[in-house]
Amino acid sequence: MSGTPLLSLAIWVPILAGLLVLATGSDRNAPLARMLSLLGAVAGLLVTIPLYTGFDMHTPAMQFVELKSWIPSFNVNYHLGVDGISMLFVILNSFITVTVVLAGWQVIDSKVAQYNAGFLIMSGLLNGIFSALDGLLFYVFFEASLIPLYLIIGIWGGPNRVYAAFKFFLFTLLGSLLFLLALIYMYLKSGGSFSILDWHQMPLGMAPQTWLFLAFLVAFAVKVPMWPVHTWLPDAHVEAPTGGSIVLAAIALKLGAYGFLRFSLPIAPDASHQLAGLVIALSLIAIIYIGFVALAQEDMKKLVAYSSIAHMGFVTLGFFIFSAMGIEGALVQMISHGFVSGAMFFSIGVMYDRAHSRQIADYGGVVNKMPKFAAFFMLFAMANAGLPATSGFVGEFMVILAAVGYNFWIAFAAATTMVVGAAYTLWMYKRVVFGAVANHHVAELADINAREFFIFVLFALGALGMGLYPQPFTEVMHSSVNELLRHVALSKIQ
Amino acid sequence: MEMQKLYLMVPLAPLVGAIIAGLFCRVIPRWMAHTVTIAGVAVACFVSFVIFQDVMAGNTYNGPVYQWLTSGEYRFEVGFLIDQLTVTMMLVVTSVSLMVHIYTIGYMQDDPGYNRFFSYISLFTFSMLMLVMSNNFMQLFFGWEAVGLVSYLLIGFWYTRPTAIFANLKAFLVNRVGDFGFILGIGLVLTYFGTLDYTAVFAKAPSLASETSIALFGEGRVALMTAICILLFIGAMGKSAQVPLHVWLPDSMEGPTPISALIHAATMVTAGIFMVARMSPLFELSDTALSFVVVIGSITALFMGFLGVIQNDIKRVVAYSTLSQLGYMTVALGVSAYSVAIFHLMTHAFFKALLFLGAGSVIIGMHHDQDIRNMGGLRKYMPITWITSLIGSLALIGTPFFAGFYSKDSIIEAVALSHLPGSGFAYFAVMAGVFVTAFYSFRMYFLVFHGEERFGKVPHHAETVATAKAGHASAHDDHSAHDDAHHASDDHDAGHHHGLAPGQKPHETPWVVTLPLVMLAIPSVVIGYIGIEPMLFGDFFKQSIFVDSGAHPVMKELAHHFHGAFAMATHAVTTAVFWLAFLGVALSWFLYMKRPDIPAAIKSRFGALYTLLDNKYYFDKFNDVVFAGGARLLGRGLWKGGDTGLIDGVIVSGAVHLVGWLSAVARLFQTGHIYHYAFTMIIGVFVLMTLWVTRA
Repeated sequence: MSGTPLLSLAIWVPILAGLLVLATGSDRNAPLARMLSLLGAVAGLLVTIPLYTGFDMHTPAMQFVELKSWIPSFNVNYHLGVDGISMLFVILNSFITVTVVLAGWQVIDSKVAQYNAGFLIMSGLLNGIFSALDGLLFYVFFEASLIPLYLIIGIWGGPNRVYAAFKFFLFTLLGSLLFLLALIYMYLKSGGSFSILDWHQMPLGMAPQTWLFLAFLVAFAVKVPMWPVHTWLPDAHVEAPTGGSIVLAAIALKLGAYGFLRFSLPIAPDASHQLAGLVIALSLIAIIYIGFVALAQEDMKKLVAYSSIAHMGFVTLGFFIFSAMGIEGALVQMISHGFVSGAMFFSIGVMYDRAHSRQIADYGGVVNKMPKFAAFFMLFAMANAGLPATSGFVGEFMVILAAVGYNFWIAFAAATTMVVGAAYTLWMYKRVVFGAVANHHVAELADINAREFFIFVLFALGALGMGLYPQPFTEVMHSSVNELLRHVALSKIQ
Repeated sequence: MEMQKLYLMVPLAPLVGAIIAGLFCRVIPRWMAHTVTIAGVAVACFVSFVIFQDVMAGNTYNGPVYQWLTSGEYRFEVGFLIDQLTVTMMLVVTSVSLMVHIYTIGYMQDDPGYNRFFSYISLFTFSMLMLVMSNNFMQLFFGWEAVGLVSYLLIGFWYTRPTAIFANLKAFLVNRVGDFGFILGIGLVLTYFGTLDYTAVFAKAPSLASETSIALFGEGRVALMTAICILLFIGAMGKSAQVPLHVWLPDSMEGPTPISALIHAATMVTAGIFMVARMSPLFELSDTALSFVVVIGSITALFMGFLGVIQNDIKRVVAYSTLSQLGYMTVALGVSAYSVAIFHLMTHAFFKALLFLGAGSVIIGMHHDQDIRNMGGLRKYMPITWITSLIGSLALIGTPFFAGFYSKDSIIEAVALSHLPGSGFAYFAVMAGVFVTAFYSFRMYFLVFHGEERFGKVPHHAETVATAKAGHASAHDDHSAHDDAHHASDDHDAGHHHGLAPGQKPHETPWVVTLPLVMLAIPSVVIGYIGIEPMLFGDFFKQSIFVDSGAHPVMKELAHHFHGAFAMATHAVTTAVFWLAFLGVALSWFLYMKRPDIPAAIKSRFGALYTLLDNKYYFDKFNDVVFAGGARLLGRGLWKGGDTGLIDGVIVSGAVHLVGWLSAVARLFQTGHIYHYAFTMIIGVFVLMTLWVTRA
């Protein structure tokens, strides 16, 4: 097993599968394209399983490392590896890809091959981001992953898709440019190395650290997204097809947060401490301000999009209180959010496929016609509201508890999500699902079919499993998180 | 090892029942759903008795089941603490739950959600057991929220009714406000104690209490124990419906009656009382927190009782009485009489479940008319319901020898002996509460079971449908005549659900309904007499409840005054408490049996007071306008003003416009006319030359 390049497989199996699917061409071969996509996605998931089973949780070092020269003249390497922070995201991403392919099975009927290929290729690229240890390789994956998502929104999206796709692309590009400058600076400063691990060890003065930190902050804040650069997300979600929303929420939002842990904290530890207050303030704004904004939404997808921003506020908050429970809680929150928001967007997609509306006001009494759906939707709504025994609780609980140790009033502000988060989620649920049948569109709804049921079961296993027994998820993080904290506690100023 | 498996069996047996009935609710027949769930709860109940025997023999247990999570230096486990307090709660929960399960067969007979209902109440039983059996704060919080979830699902069980789905959302959110405090309290515990394990926390508490204070408001410092206890108690205020977080409980009556009995009277709402008793080693360390507890409890005990006086919905009378009795328990906690609070919790669980199930039986007999003004003289038609309800009422008002007498009288005496700030007010509140309780309880009793037969007189059908519709329009304020079994069918006008037609008579309910009534009536009479000596003055709770008898000598002094259960009851007739209760009953008899014209006169004479009570002191209106309305307004403002207006409108579009404007300006130079370029060049040369000439 040790010789198998697992990470390369995790990256290239989906990408090659995607190219193969693309080769099936026009929609005449749609059934073949679907089947190939599913096979590719499942194969992509299977090759990531040994990452967990073969993972050594006692070392903070990178594992499954692959190192080959790529562009020798600039010392750029094809350098891959995962630690306890990134490993789970590779698996989560590959898992989400399977659900996305299934979610589009009967729904997408034009340009089927291209649609599925887009997701498969994106899946490979996202795995590349989580496993790249070379700065330039990371950047290439980071930017390349934008393209499929941009196309998915722009081609299979809703009526206002072009505006949304542009907004999404421009926002993220703005951040990326600063990020590129930061990378070049570090390349020069380190004497010609693109190795992220070298950069971690590189001494830096306070001023360059501050500038680097701010460049990273802009790049990653757009991705997370953090207030006030979040407004692209609701628009992108509203226009994206269901599969696009699932990947966007479950994986793409995690890239920014992951960037904080891989770049900001270890490369600029002194600046991270210095500017922690800024990030914490932005996180609390995300939790409270966005929570209230979510309350006022009339479009279900926008509501869940805003709730995603609020949940990601917990992630950035957890990172910057510099405690093991805070960081692990944030990581747990990221994974949980993958299951829960993915499932929430899928739920909305299920209703949209039938009634072609996402407006809360167009629904009411869905439970009368779709009892099975209502039961699953209830589970995920509760998970979104952070109910214990669901994964949504674990991360919030850990971050709030860690925050109490940092500063009581920060925890107090963050804990308001207990009330506000429940309010916007359950109020939406009440208006959409409960009540008497509201109109003839609702009266015509048919309950979920076997395929939809199966997708819900997949998400439910994730959300409940992680809620009831989070230990398998967190125990692999301990070494890496502790090492990160130890590293961040040391000053780099010489 | 043997016992540990038994411990595990208690919560898991109902869980298995819930899963089977829940996952397969659409395929299995009804008899199978109720058989598996009742079997599960019966097993739990039986095993609880076995464990009780074992605990009485001196075998307590504290240990983990599995490790839930480790992070940093912290460990979180799921585990059990089996001691006298736990096993008392286990017995109360499983036995009341078993009775309610059996009762449900009769009550929910015609309901299309029959299987789902059984699944929910078994799931509730599981959650409640996990809560009381926990050995740490994390699992406590788990159970705490899980019972809240099931309560939410059950209040909204008839999900097509607007009032029901309003009430369940309200219940969940108000409880979340409490949980907000609760989780911060847990956070402080973890921060300062480094563990969430009860035993470790309690062991460390005295040493931390003496020196640690935390800075909360700038320089202002608060004792750590005060902060922790008040935050934890805020959680209890939500779950146990203490003012001002009580607003959800009356509305929760929208749920089917069996769960009103099980969840909103006997067990879940007492979780807060149980929690504070469990935390007695912490609360004992903060007199400030105890005073807070006493004051909140006495306000609830008295002022919620007043509201019971003017209710006409049979379930709401009982609901306000529950609020008031929860206030009594809270007062007992505050004066450090934790064991008395648990004792009252236990007696109350039996007689209040009895009263609720009795009310449910009346509702069935009345064909789902809940308005006590339409009843009267039911004792002739429903003898078993009548007798058992009388027993429940006598127990509630504290008639000597009945269960409620021993627990309530002990609370009042404990308050009288306390010197805690706030206990003076508490004494007044609990004494006045005795009169009020007796008055509203027997007002209801007389109106329902005695006097003129008022049913079947008005053309009910049309009227109640109209009221129900009006209720739907005003969403939640209507508490007149909700019909309890108006369920998931789209057919709102199913005639037989709306009270008795002219000429129809009420009828006694089937044995599955009356058997639980009888089974609950027995402990309502005897459990106080049996329980008082061991539970309050013996060693029973010695291991579970800690009282600092130096600082709070209430229990010690109470023991001095106690000369046996029989003497206590015979001595009672010489006390003011007894005569206050007697006066309440007599007055209600006079006003509602003898001179029914007087209440109407009082109502019009004191219109302002009546309006205040009728609006429940305007708590609901205030919350609706300020919190619900305010939050929606704020959300809208932030969205339209902040996101759409400022960020997208000014900054994002502004940037786009800026680029557009700059390129428009730049475009001006690209005219394509050679003379424009030549002219620009000449000006440039001129400027450069000027600069060069004037450089010196």
